[in-house]
Amino acid sequence: MAEEEASRPFAGLSDVSIPEDIPVEGDISVPMGANKRDDEYSTLDEPVKETILRDLRAVGNKFIHVLYPKRSSALLRDWDLWGPLLLCVTLALLLQGGAADSDDQGGPQFAEVFVVIWFGSIIITLNSKLLGGTISFFQSLCVLGYCILPLTVAMIVCRIVLVGGSGTVSFVVRLLVVTASFGWSTFASTAFLADSQPSNRKALVVYPVFLFYFIISWIILTFSPSH
Amino acid sequence: MASKNDPFQFQEFDDDGSLLGANRDAVTISIDNDVIPERQKKPAGLYHVDEDEDFSGDDKTELLSGQRQNAPFWTFEYYQKFFDIETHHVKERIIGSLLPWPGKNFIQVYLRKNPDLYGPIWICITLVFAIAISGNLFNFLVHLGRPDYKYTPEFRKVSIAATAIFSYAWLVPLGLWGFLLWRSRKTLNLVSYSFMEILCVYGYSLSIYIPVVILWILPFEWLRWCSILVALCLSGSVLVITFLPAVRDDHPRVIVATMTTVVVLNLLLAVGCKAYFFSKSVEPDHSPAAAVVSVIKTTIST
Repeated sequence: MAEEEASRPFAGLSDVSIPEDIPVEGDISVPMGANKRDDEYSTLDEPVKETILRDLRAVGNKFIHVLYPKRSSALLRDWDLWGPLLLCVTLALLLQGGAADSDDQGGPQFAEVFVVIWFGSIIITLNSKLLGGTISFFQSLCVLGYCILPLTVAMIVCRIVLVGGSGTVSFVVRLLVVTASFGWSTFASTAFLADSQPSNRKALVVYPVFLFYFIISWIILTFSPSH
Repeated sequence: MASKNDPFQFQEFDDDGSLLGANRDAVTISIDNDVIPERQKKPAGLYHVDEDEDFSGDDKTELLSGQRQNAPFWTFEYYQKFFDIETHHVKERIIGSLLPWPGKNFIQVYLRKNPDLYGPIWICITLVFAIAISGNLFNFLVHLGRPDYKYTPEFRKVSIAATAIFSYAWLVPLGLWGFLLWRSRKTLNLVSYSFMEILCVYGYSLSIYIPVVILWILPFEWLRWCSILVALCLSGSVLVITFLPAVRDDHPRVIVATMTTVVVLNLLLAVGCKAYFFSKSVEPDHSPAAAVVSVIKTTIST
C-alpha cells in the first residue's frame, strides 16, 4: 500500500519525454539532444582578422554615435577604451612638431597632452561619482574619451589650414573650426552624461566637462608650427 | 465616562519650541545633535544672522546632514559627504563670497555645517587655467606687431600657476586651522571651525579673482591696479569677517597679527601672480625706426 502511494505521485510522468528543441541552460546536456555544440566554435578558433575587425567595427560604431549624438545608450552599454586611446595618441602626435625655438616656452609635450586628457577625464569621472551619479567609472571614461573625436578632426583641419599660411585669415578659420568642434564635443558628451544625474546637480556635472573640452580646444587653437 | 482629569487619558504636549520659550536656558536632548543646538542659539541671540529666507528650504538638508555616518577617511563614502550640495547652493556660496556683508559670517550663513569640496577644487582649477590663458593672451597682445616675436603657448606656466594657487588654497588653511586650534586651547572660544570649513572659505574667497584675472588682459596698467585693490578688499573682508569671531576673545596683538597675516598672504598671491604672468618685459626693438628714435632721445637728453 505504501509503495503504491509512493509510486502514485510520479505515475503521470512515466510517459513524458524531453523534446529536443527546448533550450537548456548551463552545462546540462540533453541525452538525445542535438549535437549542435560541435558546430559552434569559440572565439579562440576564429581567424585573427575576425577578432580585430569585430573590435574595429565596435569602435567605428561608437564614432558614428558621437558624430550624430542622440539619446542612445550604445556608448554606455558596451564601453571600451580603444577609441579614447586611439584619439588621444592621434591628438598628441598631431600636437608635436609645433615647439618654438626654445623648448622652454613651447607647446605641450606628448606626455603633457596625455596627462591632461586622461587625468582630466579621471577627475571629471570622480567628480560625477561623488555627486551621486549612476554611471560607472569606465563608462564615463569611455564617453569622455570618445567625445574628443570632433576636436581631433578640428586638429587635422587646423594643420591642413596652417600648411597654407599662418596669417589672420587662417587664424579666423581655425577659430571657427575649433569653436564649432568644442561645442559639438560638449553637446555630445552632455547628451550621454547628463541623464545619469539628478536634475538639481546637472550644472555641477556639466561645468567640469565644459572646462575640460575648453582647455583641449585652447591647446589646439594655440598650436603654432615652427618653420 | 472619562473625566478631564482622568490620569489615563492621553494628553497632548506642546512641541519643543514653546517649552523652550518658557525656560530659555533649558537644554533638550535629541538624537539630531546638529539641528537642535543651532535652533537654540537663535533665541539666545549669539549670532545676528539674517537666515529667514534661506532657513525654511534647508531644513531637510540639515536633518539629513545631521545623520551622516562617520566613514574612515580612506573610503569613497567619506568624501561623498563633502559633495552633498546642489547647484543653487554653489551659486549662493559664490555670490556670498563676492559680496561680503559685515555681520554675515560666511561659515555661519552659507556653509551651515555642510562644507563642500566641490567649490574649492573647481574654483582653484578654473583660476589656474584662467591665469595661464590670460597671461598668454596678455603676452601675445603686448608683443603684437613686433617682427621678431614668435608666439608660443607657454604651457609650462600652467604647472607654475597650479603650484602657487593650490599651495595657497590648501596649505594656508592647514596652517590657520592649526594656529586656531592652538590658540583655542589657551583661551576659551565659543567659535571653532573645522578644517573643511576653513578650506571651503579659502576656496570660495578665490572666486573673485577669476573675472579679475580675465580683466588683466586689457592693456591698462591703472585698471590692473584698481582691480587688484577691489578684489583684495572683497576677498580680504570675506576672510576677516569669517575669522574675527574665532580670535575675538584673544589678546589684541594676536588678533591684529592674525588678521594682518591673512590679508597679507592674499595680497602676496595677487601681486605675485600679476608680476609673474603679466609683466611687460619690454625687449629692445630691433626695427630701424626705433633705433633712430632712441638715438634722437639720447642726443636730446645730453
